[in-house]
Amino acid sequence: MPYTPHTKDDVQRMYAQIGIEDESELFDAVPQELRVKSFDLDEGLSEFEVFENFKKMASDNDTSKVCFLGGGYYDHIIPSAIDALSGRSEFYTAYTPYQAEASQGTLQALYEYQSLVCELTGLEVTNASMYDGGTAMAEAALMAIRVTKRNKIIIDGGVNPIYIQIVKTYLAYHDIELVVMKTKSDKVNLEELVSLIDDSVAGYIFQNPNFFGSIEDYTKIIESLHVVKALAIMSAYPIALGMLKTPGELDADIYCGDGQSLGNYLGFGGPSFGILATKQKYVRNLPGRIVGLTNDRNDNQAFVLTLQAREQHIRRQKATSNICSNQNLMTLRATIFMSLLGKDGFEKLALQNYNNANYLKSELEKLPNIKIFNQSPIFNEFVVELPIGCDEFLDKMSQKGFFAGLKLDNLYKNFENRVLVSVTEKRSKTQMDSFVASVKDIL
Amino acid sequence: MSATIFEKSHLGRAGINLPKQQVGDASALNRELLRSEKAKLPELSEFDVVRHFTNLSKKNFSIDSNFYPLGSCTMKYNPKVEERIGALDGFANLHPHHITNDKPEFMQGALESLKILENDLKEITGMDAFTLTPEAGAHGEMTGIMLIGAYHKKRGNKKRYVIVPDSSHGTNPATAAMVDFEVITVKSDKNGAMDVEAFKEVISDEVAAVMMTVPNTVGLFNPGIKEICDIAHKHDALMYYDGANLNAILGLIRPGDIGFDVVHLNLHKTFATPHGGGGPGAGPVGVREHLVEFLPQLRVGYEEVKGYFLKDKSSESIGRISPFFGNYLVMLRALVYMQTLGREGMINVSKKAVLNANYILSKLKEHLDVPYDTYCMHECVLSAESLYKKHHVSTLDIAKYLLDFGLHAPTIYFPLIVHEAIMIEPTETENIDTMDYFCQKVIDAVELAKTNPEAFKEFPKTLPISRADETKAARSLNIRWQQD
Amino acid sequence: MKKYTNEHEWAELDGDIATVGLSEYAIKELGDITFVELPEIGQSANKDESIAFIESVKAASDIYAPLSGEVVEINEELETAPESLNEDASATWILKIKVSDAGEFDTLLDEAAYNTFIASL
Repeated sequence: MPYTPHTKDDVQRMYAQIGIEDESELFDAVPQELRVKSFDLDEGLSEFEVFENFKKMASDNDTSKVCFLGGGYYDHIIPSAIDALSGRSEFYTAYTPYQAEASQGTLQALYEYQSLVCELTGLEVTNASMYDGGTAMAEAALMAIRVTKRNKIIIDGGVNPIYIQIVKTYLAYHDIELVVMKTKSDKVNLEELVSLIDDSVAGYIFQNPNFFGSIEDYTKIIESLHVVKALAIMSAYPIALGMLKTPGELDADIYCGDGQSLGNYLGFGGPSFGILATKQKYVRNLPGRIVGLTNDRNDNQAFVLTLQAREQHIRRQKATSNICSNQNLMTLRATIFMSLLGKDGFEKLALQNYNNANYLKSELEKLPNIKIFNQSPIFNEFVVELPIGCDEFLDKMSQKGFFAGLKLDNLYKNFENRVLVSVTEKRSKTQMDSFVASVKDIL
Repeated sequence: MSATIFEKSHLGRAGINLPKQQVGDASALNRELLRSEKAKLPELSEFDVVRHFTNLSKKNFSIDSNFYPLGSCTMKYNPKVEERIGALDGFANLHPHHITNDKPEFMQGALESLKILENDLKEITGMDAFTLTPEAGAHGEMTGIMLIGAYHKKRGNKKRYVIVPDSSHGTNPATAAMVDFEVITVKSDKNGAMDVEAFKEVISDEVAAVMMTVPNTVGLFNPGIKEICDIAHKHDALMYYDGANLNAILGLIRPGDIGFDVVHLNLHKTFATPHGGGGPGAGPVGVREHLVEFLPQLRVGYEEVKGYFLKDKSSESIGRISPFFGNYLVMLRALVYMQTLGREGMINVSKKAVLNANYILSKLKEHLDVPYDTYCMHECVLSAESLYKKHHVSTLDIAKYLLDFGLHAPTIYFPLIVHEAIMIEPTETENIDTMDYFCQKVIDAVELAKTNPEAFKEFPKTLPISRADETKAARSLNIRWQQD
Repeated sequence: MKKYTNEHEWAELDGDIATVGLSEYAIKELGDITFVELPEIGQSANKDESIAFIESVKAASDIYAPLSGEVVEINEELETAPESLNEDASATWILKIKVSDAGEFDTLLDEAAYNTFIASL
């Protein structure tokens, strides 16, 4: 049998030690009437056969086209050192670092991860990861409710609509009022927001750049939230933080985001990881694991999981969250990614995304029958308005070898002819020019 | 500790060449929108980075290098074929927004793998449908309790409580609270099982769900489980199966047959995907027919002509609990493992897991306290209570001693109902020699405790650090590196 | 004179002001205290309901109001020096309550009864 090392002789020795004739005796406590009636699975296969099966399935997925699809999940470079290092068994097959002495590698890497996230976001504290950007946002909302002891959350219409759905699901079981705003074209509807902000609000969640790719200045909004002691919860795509004003500089109270773009594969959506960072004063309201630096008994520096009394294994129903397993391996990948890029490289990466996307946008704008929806400056994606339906556009572009973008009419009402187009550092000028030529061709 | 990556930084070093920018610079943004200075990320060469993390990795125990008998964690060997398949371009680089665009033609293989996984999990557990979207065990628990909440809401049931046994994992009560239920904790009987009489006292029409782990967290099968299911159902309370210990019952019993309404599985435990130092996991949730309409988005359908497709959202769905199909690449790896095992291999898993645990129990029961003197399932619980009372050597001391011999500590101080608990789950993939070595080292520790209890303060002696001051860590919090 | 609860709080009554702390036994069980979450001044206290929260490295526990009334003072020193509870639990107060029903004090355990209670645990 695969993966069990028991020889006949081993088994006999074990029976003798236990004092049984047959292993079925060990199961005597399980009543016969409860035992399985059906267990109709296929026979096991060799590694070779399994590999061939999955190779076929993999070939039934299409990853061959030039990708202009983004919307929170981006086709970025993944340096080879990331696979080599994160694939080391010592990281990869380790358990949660509860025994600090046997886990200094994982713990130090997490401490470095936390430090890097603080540098990137300009915030003071962060945890060792959430599941993804959407659940991190839901936890941020619950955190704002705990901190303020209020029960109203406002979500801006520019937030990733899939994240909004997750937040709705998480909050639906609590006595929480959730107000989901609509944008005014590609921007925050300021008049509506002003009318909503009062001392009943726990937090306002916004995303910058927003889901349409638009960048705005949230300084005044955050000031007015703080006047009524409501929290500002900012979501952002981490690569954009390489050049844009940070949550810390904006005085946002909580940052949440998704870490896929930091060295993780698209992987059909997962595993990625969620980032959650905040101000020092809210650290005890942060869910999830946190690594801290201390000393061992010989006064050497040592890393440990800390503030565990917030967590479910100690505080049970009073914990800050029920999260246990997180996305540790993905944070390791992000740590390596950020370390490889470094201070200059990370900014350069952000700028390349910005420059490429703005180039494509300006080229498309020149076409007579294309309009750009965004009125605000954009980071690395933007919305095009088409003279034809999204489906027709995407299908025709795919025939020309492109995943041309994200259909917004599946996410928003009255967005029939709008497609979100994203550009990363991986897109060459030739690819972008060819994209423009193809658009011209089909319209 | 090694110097942090920040301390190894040298101004002007770079670990990567970015692709050459081929277009001109776009006009700069208004300064108000920009960060005032670059993020202070460390500056290193690729080789610096490789050496740093390679050396860090050496400071870890891992399943590939060490015996890891953590009770309740099912640290089994993770077959390498999973990695080769997980890295295939068609899986690793597949964009999830083909889902949003509703273009199943670009993802037939991925949808097929999910459908096969769902069908296999249904057969293994006896449930009628699965959602594959939860990203970890606790996430699955939350999804399951939300489904139960939605079920009661639709039926107009007024429910306030979730019942958990006092031996439950902390995630159970924490999950109930996440879905705004109050928790009723039921004590365990002398056999470590939920006390049926105590259960009868608290069950009422206001109970939404009863969360059970089977076998329970002391590693025993609760013979009263069927009776508990029947009583709960009389009050329209649904039965929730926490799948943490599924490894014990593969091919033996199915939660759906016994009367459980909802199960979550931990694919990263039972189905051998790497733990990654604490995640990612995958926590699919299975339900019986009466809960199918509440399942979260997204679900895969199949029709002969159409092929694989995404089902429309049910009007009763609880909504979305993760962006797409959770940790897809983790589930893919689990499916690879399941296909290599097949039917017989899977039945063999539980048999050998139980055999291994009983082997260890039989070897150690003369040396430590045995709170439940009976055959165990896939894990055994022992206790160092007598040793602690007589010699002041605790479970923690023994755990730290074992580390010096390359043995990861068992789960300690859990379940909470056993004082000085030591919970050992060898899993089916360990051989007899490793288990003999482990048992001998535990016995050596017990003997040393009797002759030289003072010695334990020193352990571990051979690892990168000795025992850490956790009090200092919490009182003077240092959770990020900062330049002095 | 200190009186105790089954949840290991102690209270001393001076006029209508009750000073509240945790017993030596409770602190010893919790281990090294790392954090005390204090209520706000003016918050109402209901007998036997949670009024504050205490954490150690390995445990966390509610602190229950031994008496009903209103919180009038909190020991802010605990925010920076929670270890003073480990040093001397009976001398380290946590909060003060202006009690609404002094009669409640009589229902608490005296020292002998409390000692009998903890001996039974």
